[in-house]
Order: sequence, then C-alpha cells, then structure tokens
Amino acid sequence: MNRIHQKLKEDKKILSIYFTAGYPELNDTVNIIQDLEKNGVDLIEIGLPFSDPLADGPTIQESSTAALKNGMNTELLFEQLKDIRKSVSIPLIIMGYFNPVFQYGVEAFCKRCKEIGIDGLILPDLPLDVYLQDYEATFKKYGLINIFLITPQTSDERIRKIDDASNGFIYMVSSASTTGATSGFGSEQQAYFERIAALDLNNPQIVGFGINNAETFNQATRTTSGAIIGSAFIKHLNQFGIEGIPDFIKTIR
Amino acid sequence: MSYNADEKGYYGEFGGAFIPEMLYPNTEELRQNYIQIMEEPSFKKEFDHLLKDYVGRPTPLYFAERLSKKYNTKIYLKREDLCHTGAHKVNNTIGQILMAKKLGKNRIIAETGAGQHGVATATVCALMGIECVVYMGEIDIARQAPNVARMKMLGAEVRPALSGSRTLKDATNEAIRDWINNPVDTHYIIGSVVGPHPYPDMVARFQSVISQEIKSQLKEKEGVENPDYVIACVGGGSNAAGAFYHYLDTEDVGIIAVEAAGKGIDSGESAATSALGKVGIIHGSKTLLMQTPDGQITEPYSISAGLDYPGVGPMHAHLFRSGRGEFISITDADAMKAGLLLSKLEGIIPAIESSHAFAVLEEKTFKPNDIVVINLSGRGDKDLDTYIDYFKL
Repeated sequence: MNRIHQKLKEDKKILSIYFTAGYPELNDTVNIIQDLEKNGVDLIEIGLPFSDPLADGPTIQESSTAALKNGMNTELLFEQLKDIRKSVSIPLIIMGYFNPVFQYGVEAFCKRCKEIGIDGLILPDLPLDVYLQDYEATFKKYGLINIFLITPQTSDERIRKIDDASNGFIYMVSSASTTGATSGFGSEQQAYFERIAALDLNNPQIVGFGINNAETFNQATRTTSGAIIGSAFIKHLNQFGIEGIPDFIKTIR
Repeated sequence: MSYNADEKGYYGEFGGAFIPEMLYPNTEELRQNYIQIMEEPSFKKEFDHLLKDYVGRPTPLYFAERLSKKYNTKIYLKREDLCHTGAHKVNNTIGQILMAKKLGKNRIIAETGAGQHGVATATVCALMGIECVVYMGEIDIARQAPNVARMKMLGAEVRPALSGSRTLKDATNEAIRDWINNPVDTHYIIGSVVGPHPYPDMVARFQSVISQEIKSQLKEKEGVENPDYVIACVGGGSNAAGAFYHYLDTEDVGIIAVEAAGKGIDSGESAATSALGKVGIIHGSKTLLMQTPDGQITEPYSISAGLDYPGVGPMHAHLFRSGRGEFISITDADAMKAGLLLSKLEGIIPAIESSHAFAVLEEKTFKPNDIVVINLSGRGDKDLDTYIDYFKL
C-alpha cells in the first residue's frame, strides 16, 4: 500500500511540511527530511526548484533561486535521495513545476521516483485534462499518486472531476493567492472549508497556503485531514537553520 | 494542415494551457467567451471605430522605391510604426480592454519588457478610465526611463519585478501572480501571442487586422491580394502573427520569421529561440523555449528589448516545426546596420525590433518581380539612445 494511503488512515490531523531541496545549503536535503520525521511531521513535500515558480510567492521563489544557485538539479536531487528509505518511513512527495519533469522525461522521472520510494507528485502546472490524457497511465505504472489543487474559485462541478481523478488526497489552496501571501483565516475561508466539507468528497483534503502557526493549523484542519506549511517553514529555516526544526514544529502542535 | 489554433488552443503539438488550478477560472471564463464577444456586432463596431479614429488605421502599405531599387525587388512596408503609441502593440490592447469591459472587469494588469506594451496598455486604460498596474523588471525600469515616465503620465502604476533575473520573463511571472491573487475583478492583458490558451489565439486575432489590411491594400496597388513573401520580426511574435494571419493557409505566400541572434547564435548571448530552444512549458504554454538541459528557463539576450524573450508563441513554434515558416536569425550588428540603411534610404527610423526584419534583405535574394511585404512593427524613437550609443551619433 502506498504510504500516503496508510498515513491517511491514521486517526490524526496530518502535518505536512514543504521545503525547497538544496536550500539553505545544497546538501541539507536529507538532514531536513530526517529531522522533520524525528520531530513528528507526517508527510513531506520536497520542492524541486524551478527558475520561474509562478504559483509561489517571494519566499519560495527566493529559496528556489538560491537552491539553483547552490547547484541543485533534478539528477542531483535523485542522487541525494537514493538511500532515503533506509532512514525515513513517512510519505514523501516531490513538488515542482512541470517543465523540469518534462525535460527529464515524464516516464524516466516517475521510474526514478519509484526506485527511490517517492509516493506522490504535486505539479501545479500540469493540468487535469493533460494529466488524464497523457500521463495518468505512467503515474499509475510507477505507483505514484498525483495530487491536484483546488481553490476557493474552483466550481463544485470541477471539484467533482478532480475528486474522480484523484486517488490520495486533494490539495486545498486556502485562498486566492500565491504561497506565503495570507495570514490568518477569515469568514470567507471558513465558508469555503465548510462548502468543501459538505461536498463529501471521496478523497480527503489537506489545506495549504496561509498556514504558519498552531492557530491557523487548527482552523485549517477542523473540517479537513491536515495542513501543509511551506513559506513559514522556509523563513524559519532561513533564520534559525536546521537546528531550529524542533522549535518550529513545537509552535504548530 | 491548419496553422491556426484548435479549440483547445493547440497549434500542432504546441500551445494548450499549462496553468496552476488558481488560474483555471480566469482563463476558462476568457476561453468560453472570447470568440463570442469578438463576434458581437457591438464589439466589432467599437473595435473598428477605435482602430480607425484613435489608433489611426488603416496604416499605409508603402512602396519603398529606393529600398526596392537597392535590392532589385518590390518591397512594401506595412507601416505599423504609424499607429498611435508607435507600434502594433495597441491593436491588441484596444481589443483586450474592450474584452475586459465586456467581462465586467474593473482592473487591468500587464507585463512589459521595453515598455511598449506597458505604454499601449496604460494608454487604453486611460482612454477607458480603468485602473492599470504594469509589471516591469527592475533592470528594465532602469533601462527604459522614458517609457516608465509615459506610463506614469497615463495614470498607470508601474510595479518593479524584483524576482529572478528582473526582466521581461519575471515581469510576466509577477503579473501572473497578481492575477492569482486577484482572480475576480482583474483582467490580464498579455502583450504577445504567448501564455495559456486562449491568449495566443486571441492576441493573434486582434493583430490579424495587419494582414487583413495588407490584402486589400495590395489588391489596390498590385492587383493581387497575396505577396510572394511576408517578413516580420519575432520575439513572442505578435506583430508577426498579425502580419502572417490571413496568409497562414495560403502556402504560395512565403512566411519569414526573423529572430534576434544577439551577438551570434553560439555566443551565449542570443534570443534565437527556434535555433536554441527545445520544447517545454513557459508561462502556461507548450512551445519552444531556451532552457538548461535541466528545464530551467534561461535569460535571452538581444540589443532589442522587444525580442528579448526566452520563448516564442506556440503558433510560431508550429510554423517552424512544420516548415511552413522560414526562420532567420539576425545579429545585433546586422540589425543596426539595416535600421540605419532604412533611415537613410526611406527617411524612416525603425524600432530596432523591426530593423531585424529589414536585415533579411541582405541575407536572402529575392527575384525582381517578387512582392515582399515587411512588417514595420514600430518606430525608432524609443531606441534613439541605443542608436546614439551604437553609432556614436
């Protein structure tokens, strides 16, 4: 069974952390993953940096630029991760933009992911219809779960379509924004969370964007299965380094 | 084979809409409505009226006698440089501002490199009294001070793009981010035939007035609608898309797309996407783009800011790949020389972008009876500093 499915069966709210591979230092990738697991994180999104991350705000953009400058690339990331399953057992997801995956070759990329023990991919700019037509079979062949995004503007009809195409969880973007843009959830978000809960989807939802402390984590997970923290974690890494990971996780739960 | 976009926005294998879900509702609203709106009589009437009385269309198709004599062929210039604001860009911004109004949008965003599209957007926003924010790379803001001032005079807010390489591609990223953050009230006026479907097709349709006029003007002057060749420069490719549009499926008409070789294709400082690019995704479109083997988008170079884009519109990628279009790349030096020659022979100082198209006359020999139309996409006023520096004037 895919580790994501297993994790989703546990009776707890999932804390997922995103970080950019190759940042702050090129060879931090494995240490960050190990420390996050040690500190009780349930799921990790490993960011494959891209030169033009247009769904991301300044924090992730800057960490991506820095990671690329440090020398991070697709092959190197796979190289760094090749023994990760000897020490880490929580689900690992690679999140990135479609072009680097496309250049690597979608099939070759998926194959390497399977060899390493990656459980899923989040590629925000690989649209639903293209995925279904061209790549679903390849993802399935290598046991990879593709995770789609929905936003407050996504219609119920389209959410149903996305739910049908999903087989892990749905990444619920909390507000109309790029990453790291909002702080705190207002009545608009609460209404959105309730609307999605009422749809009674097949796939659980994990909320991302705008989560940066215990309060927002609890708000986001009231009606959902978990929440993802990205920009706030990267800011913390930038300020306190890897040693600061335990302190950061303690501020969330 | 058709050279126009299919209903999903594909030109052969190129095009489509590779966008994050956050942009889906915005582009979907546009996709569902753009053709219908463009075909509404009230839309057409207002668009035609503004093109005529505000932009100054039709622009002349001018027989360049001295240039023709020098190259021993018949050369016509399509004078887009005479459009209000100094280039073809305004054809598209007029169309899109009317589209935005029909869609009930009350805020406009745009990206700009050299500032021409930013000025054309700020112009139509002033005309319609609509709020306008233009994203421009921090480096370009410093390089293009007069256009920044023009946009400000026109009431637009110019926001610096501080990320990445701080040039056109980053300004485009910032505009897209703004749209993600303002999905309901804002329309994004893209300046070229790039971006996710329906932009490449919509912008090409707004620019197609160029070839529509060439047809009727040529009929009047030469008794035929079709030239032997149409030549246009290509950055993202909007002036070329407009100049080629009504000739795409007429295979007798030779289509020549001119890219910027910069300091030479192999110099590492070039913007010749057809020669240096590989298939990939940029700004929501599958097309040819300049990138590292790892899929990171690289920074192009050209002396002309308008050709300085790492990709090319999907229509042009398809014209290149299918062989329908002939792609020629011209160095900075050859373009500058051609610009000076046009100034001296015809009394017309072209934009450096357009100068690239004229340099083809040195590269390729045409027959004496060939009718060659060159799209003179913009005037050179904005480039005076570059001409002055280059020729030590």
